[in-house]
Amino acid sequence: MNVPLIECIQASKRYADTLAVDAVSFGLMPGEIVSILGESGCGKTTLLRLIAGFEAVNGGAIAIRSEPVSSETLHLPPERRNIGMVFQEYALFPHMSVAQNVAFGLHNASPADRRHRAREALELVRLADLESRYPHELSGGQQQRVALARTLAPHPIAMLLDEPFSNLDAGLRHSLRLEVVEILRRENISAILVTHDREEAFAVADRAGVMVAGRLEQLGAPADLYRAPVNPAVARMVGDCDFLPGVAHGVFASTAIGDLPFICHSAAISDGDALLVMIRPQDLGVAATQSGDCRVESLEFRGGETMAFVATPGGAIVRCVRRGYPSLSPGATIELTRVHDNPFLAFPAE
Amino acid sequence: MVEISHIPNRFTAAGLSVFTGRRLSLAALPPPAILLPALLVGAAMFLPALYLVVRGASASDQAWDLFFRIRTLETLGRTLLLAVCVTSLSAAIAVPFAWLTARSDLPLRRMWTVLLALPLVIPSFVGAFLYASALGPRGMLQSLLEAAFGVQRIPDFYGLAGATLVLTLLSYPYMFLTVRAAVANLDPATDESARSLGHGAWSAFFRVTLPQLNPSIAAGALLVALYTLSDFGAVSLMRYNTFTFTIYQQYQSSIDRSIAALLSFALVALAIAILLMESYTRGRQRYYRAGAGSARRPRAAKLGAWKWAAIAAIIATLALALALPAGVLAFWLVRGVSNGEPLLLLWTATQNSLIVSLAAAVITAAMAIAMATLLVRYPTRLNRILESLSYTGYALPGVVVALALIFFGANYFRLLYQTHYLLIFGYAVLFFPVALGAVKASLLQISPRLEDAARSLGHSPLRVMLRITAPLMMPGVLMGGALVFLLTMKELPATLILGPLDFDTLATEVWSASAEAFFARAAAPALLLILMSSVPMTLLVLREKRALG
Repeated sequence: MNVPLIECIQASKRYADTLAVDAVSFGLMPGEIVSILGESGCGKTTLLRLIAGFEAVNGGAIAIRSEPVSSETLHLPPERRNIGMVFQEYALFPHMSVAQNVAFGLHNASPADRRHRAREALELVRLADLESRYPHELSGGQQQRVALARTLAPHPIAMLLDEPFSNLDAGLRHSLRLEVVEILRRENISAILVTHDREEAFAVADRAGVMVAGRLEQLGAPADLYRAPVNPAVARMVGDCDFLPGVAHGVFASTAIGDLPFICHSAAISDGDALLVMIRPQDLGVAATQSGDCRVESLEFRGGETMAFVATPGGAIVRCVRRGYPSLSPGATIELTRVHDNPFLAFPAE
Repeated sequence: MVEISHIPNRFTAAGLSVFTGRRLSLAALPPPAILLPALLVGAAMFLPALYLVVRGASASDQAWDLFFRIRTLETLGRTLLLAVCVTSLSAAIAVPFAWLTARSDLPLRRMWTVLLALPLVIPSFVGAFLYASALGPRGMLQSLLEAAFGVQRIPDFYGLAGATLVLTLLSYPYMFLTVRAAVANLDPATDESARSLGHGAWSAFFRVTLPQLNPSIAAGALLVALYTLSDFGAVSLMRYNTFTFTIYQQYQSSIDRSIAALLSFALVALAIAILLMESYTRGRQRYYRAGAGSARRPRAAKLGAWKWAAIAAIIATLALALALPAGVLAFWLVRGVSNGEPLLLLWTATQNSLIVSLAAAVITAAMAIAMATLLVRYPTRLNRILESLSYTGYALPGVVVALALIFFGANYFRLLYQTHYLLIFGYAVLFFPVALGAVKASLLQISPRLEDAARSLGHSPLRVMLRITAPLMMPGVLMGGALVFLLTMKELPATLILGPLDFDTLATEVWSASAEAFFARAAAPALLLILMSSVPMTLLVLREKRALG
């Protein structure tokens, strides 16, 4: 059966004079994990809050298992949606023990059943031995695992995770992410995860979406997103890249650093059209020559590699990453060379 | 597993009709269980102001005539002068002591903090009678001097000097506590950045630290100034006629109540002007730290030899503000007991004080919960108006609130007139802002995400309120209640005017005895009053200690 668990149909949310969520449509399929990537303020948290029922939509609709729960005339309150939510700041109840927190969503069960299921959920996150502790007696990672157990305990239809790892330090963030995804997969729980961390969005998700200024610009497999972003804004979110202005003639775009073969998915291009050619730091090589017309502006040493910021004759800066310790210094005159034969992705210049 | 069969199967407006029996909840609308009580509270707060307008508008020409004949302008000048004197003297005491006890390496800082805050529990009329009997023309100081040096007369203590001394010593703790909290919360990094930018210790203090304390100094000054404006006991015993005393006199002596109302109007205008001044100094500054990272614990400033000067200043202040009143009280108590003053009579007054204070504390705290929830969780324009209304109690002295309620009781609610209910309601109107402040502060610290989490775990808004919000709000509610209890115990004019006939509390006992200079008879109820006010005060101080971890 191929019915989405959660479906947004042109869902919109307007605050005063800003459109926080702008006609977003997508479906979460059973067993699927979808991540939504976006910068802070792009509306991704508001989208989750619309789905959870904390906010009402101004336009469009949201359905859970094909049953409408939100529209302009209808709003099912959050307590009747059975959608779990894990918050960035954990939101554990400070006056309740770990066990009480986890049992809080099991109010319809008998006391014995409640204890049993709370215990079960805590075992899933490997915290059963801390059930009598209070939230302030736990580390950040433990607190977030309790929050996860609390959300898992009532067996929600789907789970929403709002930047769940962003309050943790880098090492813990990575290991907890692996653990959470493993639990979600094992328990076959569908989830929507919202994050501003590109690596996180790609690593956990079956499909990833990019949100820019309230709009869901693109949704697809992470590799497709990286390979073929639909516009420069999405391209910037899914990978490091710079843009060089150019003019199309045939299969080439003439730019400040020479003619580059290009390909454009998002529009039909004819000769003479203005383009923006996307350059990834891995795309170009650096050759130190006296006759080069590019200049090294600055260098960033990153351990195994070095990032060079190079000013092109037109003034645009492109980044080039070099393995090892290239003998470059700021101010050096260089030439940029191509290191592969693949065409460069290009977008029509606005 | 999940029952969603009751959800209508259509997106159209017709879906609404299928939705019958289910509440259409829109996130922004407050539930009536919160909205209705809050609206009632707002209306109640509006009553005194309404009274002033009604009375002022209907005042006869004779009343206006009298209003000017009794030299209102002069009263205004005297009131203002007293407020300025008390506020600036309080600042001179409170700000240095706040810094010393919060930021320096002064020994026994915690003990000094508690002792310096303690004069707060002495009601102004008790303080006034103690100072009068000690420093007055034929008081203890004079008899000591006469015995030793044959001094027959000492400078007159009554009037501005006496009122300033008494009110300063009793109200500086308001400023001390407010400023001290701000000093303790100062981020040491701001002082350190000023030093690293080339400012010396003094320059850094005056250009960076002190400006950060301005809001707290202004807030403390506001409390002291409003306390002075509304004080009735000290100014009457010190025979310094300010608005409150003149209003009470007019209320007692004149049949035309509208003169008292006109005077009240002037007093309230003054209080509102002070409130506006305070909110102007607050401006757009933020009270809290901006940005990431938690504040480090500051290093205590080294005082060196100044330590002894600081301790001497603190001890001198405490001798005058605490030891002197306590000593005089003990003296009169001993003398009263040895002269056979009956202590048994106090039982009724004690009981009355306790009952009305407890009732006022519980009711006011409950009102504050509803209003704070509305203000914090549903910030709309209507609710901001309600909030300003809630704070009018700050600007309304006890005398004015009492007059207003007497008017409404006598004219519209005869059943309530001269009952405990009206008295307790009067206390609630007077002290609602204090309770609201405490409850609102604790509610602001509860993340709305907690309530969201509880909702998404399947709990209705009412259950979320009972299981999550209410328990977490409790510390603020208790603190607000304790403050209201303390203030009600001390309140004099509202009790005198609103209380049922022959209704004696400890406060009115002290007042009637000391007003007729029966100091020995006033001592026992005064001591009881102070002891009972000390209970919530100690609770508050202990709670703050725990919050400091």
